[in-house]
Amino acid sequence: MKLSHNKVIDEDQILLDPILKTGKGFYLSVIILASIVLLAIYAYILQFQKGLGVTGLNRPTFWGVYITNFVFFIGISHAGTLISAILRIAQAEWRRAITRSAEVITVIVLFFGVGNILIDLGRPDRLLNMLLYGRFQSPLLWDFISISTYLTASIIYLYLPLIPDIAILRDTAGKRKWLYSVLALGWKGTEKQLQILEKAIAIMAVLVIPIAVSVHTVVSFVFAMTIQPMWHSAIFGPYFVAGAIFSGIAALIIAMAIIRKVYKLDNYLKNVHFNNLGVLLLVMCCLWFYFTFCEYITVFYGSEPVHLAVLNSKFSGEYAPYFWTMVITCFVIPFIILANSRTRTIAGTVIASISVTIGMWLERFTIVVPTLVNPRLPYERGIYHPTWVEAAITAGSFALFILLYIIFTKLFPIVSVWEIKEGREKGVAEVEERIKTYLPGAEA
Amino acid sequence: MPKWGMVIDLDKCTACQACVVACQAENNIPLAGPNQTFMGRSIHWMELISHIEGEYPHTKIKLIPRPCFHCDNPPCIKVCPVRATYKSEEEGIVGQIFPRCIGCRYCTTACPYTVRYFNWEKPEWPEMMKNLLNPDVSVRPKGVVEKCSFCYHRLVKLREKAKAEGKDFSPDEYVPACVQTCPSQAMFFGDLSDPNSRVSILARSNRAFRIMEELGTEPKVIYLAEGE
Repeated sequence: MKLSHNKVIDEDQILLDPILKTGKGFYLSVIILASIVLLAIYAYILQFQKGLGVTGLNRPTFWGVYITNFVFFIGISHAGTLISAILRIAQAEWRRAITRSAEVITVIVLFFGVGNILIDLGRPDRLLNMLLYGRFQSPLLWDFISISTYLTASIIYLYLPLIPDIAILRDTAGKRKWLYSVLALGWKGTEKQLQILEKAIAIMAVLVIPIAVSVHTVVSFVFAMTIQPMWHSAIFGPYFVAGAIFSGIAALIIAMAIIRKVYKLDNYLKNVHFNNLGVLLLVMCCLWFYFTFCEYITVFYGSEPVHLAVLNSKFSGEYAPYFWTMVITCFVIPFIILANSRTRTIAGTVIASISVTIGMWLERFTIVVPTLVNPRLPYERGIYHPTWVEAAITAGSFALFILLYIIFTKLFPIVSVWEIKEGREKGVAEVEERIKTYLPGAEA
Repeated sequence: MPKWGMVIDLDKCTACQACVVACQAENNIPLAGPNQTFMGRSIHWMELISHIEGEYPHTKIKLIPRPCFHCDNPPCIKVCPVRATYKSEEEGIVGQIFPRCIGCRYCTTACPYTVRYFNWEKPEWPEMMKNLLNPDVSVRPKGVVEKCSFCYHRLVKLREKAKAEGKDFSPDEYVPACVQTCPSQAMFFGDLSDPNSRVSILARSNRAFRIMEELGTEPKVIYLAEGE
């Protein structure tokens, strides 16, 4: 398949518009987001100079918002690569318009997952000790290895399908030619190149799935490997992975809705995409509820005092507002909206997704904090209230994430141009062939 | 190979907190001040914990001096990503390497007894106390974890002294500051691997118990329960 660039400009020109034209909205968002980021940088400098005393952390609540953010952001990262890889492998044709926006989430958000754990360190200046004295016995080292592998794999997985689009930009955009020439790696769109590319994408898609699963499993192991009440649970691995995919899909739906609105891509990100992702979100919503139910009912029924102390602090104690808000936002609201096909519209799925995103942050928070506040030796009771520093750094993480995402959309097409084109030219025929093979009478 | 352990006789303990004060002075533990203490950030390698049973007016309060238990199977050292905390093979003491600790506070969350402390800010002392710091114990920087060391520096010093004098090191000479100070002689320290040592004999008493023994952490601090 040779890409005729003139045709691209005719049909899919709108996909390149964000790169070629820049409006007032862009500069306004950059200014707003950048000022939040600056505030966060100021907060971090303060923390770096004074120590973690500027947070609300104490003994026994040694971990708080930063670790919550770490788990949350790493969870969001499952949006991308995993969803897009599964959809590619399953040959789901509706994936074409959404894979790129998902993969970008993964790559960018991973930096904030890692970033938050670095912000949480008392001695970030000694980070190199992880390499010098790294000890494989510690689950933190498993995270270190797993997340860096995932980051590498997802960057490659984002970059590979980007190459043909970069080549289009190199040949047509006229802007930043040097950048696109280097990144296009001499792509000409020959049949041979395309074959190699598709093979590479297929390999990466398969490779990325076990890595993604391992990432959130070892993140959960940070907690589950200790013997602390309500952390020491075998269900944590799958529970965290399910929650990660759940929040990942939600983040993807929100991102897609914004892209659709701002770049006027109604024709590419259609009702069907939101509906299908909405169904996936519904499945994960039920799975999340199932895991949560299993986790809490066993603790409740077993009624061991140390575990029950944590449970009670979530059910009726000081963390009850967080816990019940989590149940409503993670299950009740999305379930009601998504289970009904009439409310599973674009607006509906977006509301459900915002709800899930809030709920999943709270879920991570109610896993990390109540256990620490109720330790086994019940004589240490700290009160944990996050300070403005923690709030600013959290807001800054979100703001910088959105900012980098916006910048990406200004440099590269956020909907894969060549894949849309391939779908139009090859996909339709391929699917027809495929369906024929499912039917009786056709050759195997 | 000695296995250092401590026995605390709760029958003899008067809860005077002399052990707490001795520890603060011996180990250069910074003063937290009222605000930080209220937030739960004060550091006490040795702390008196109050265990309250029953409802008023039939309450029973137990006051228990609590150092680090120097578990033989410590959950804290397993999770350290940089081996900044370790159990010394020769002594069985759980130590902390301050210059290496990256301050991730994984050990503090993994310890079921919550006996590890973090330096939330740069430790500071009032001007008049600055000259009173113990030169044998390093002052910790901000952002690292610290904990009771069974006054390990005393052991090192005694060993060196014995070597310099050409004598054999006698385990009886080594006592942590808390044990040395205890006015009611409720605390004992010694080698648990020697079946005839004072601590070993006391550890076999009917009154002997260890806190949360069921976790399998094998604490090396043994309590003697109060009699009727």
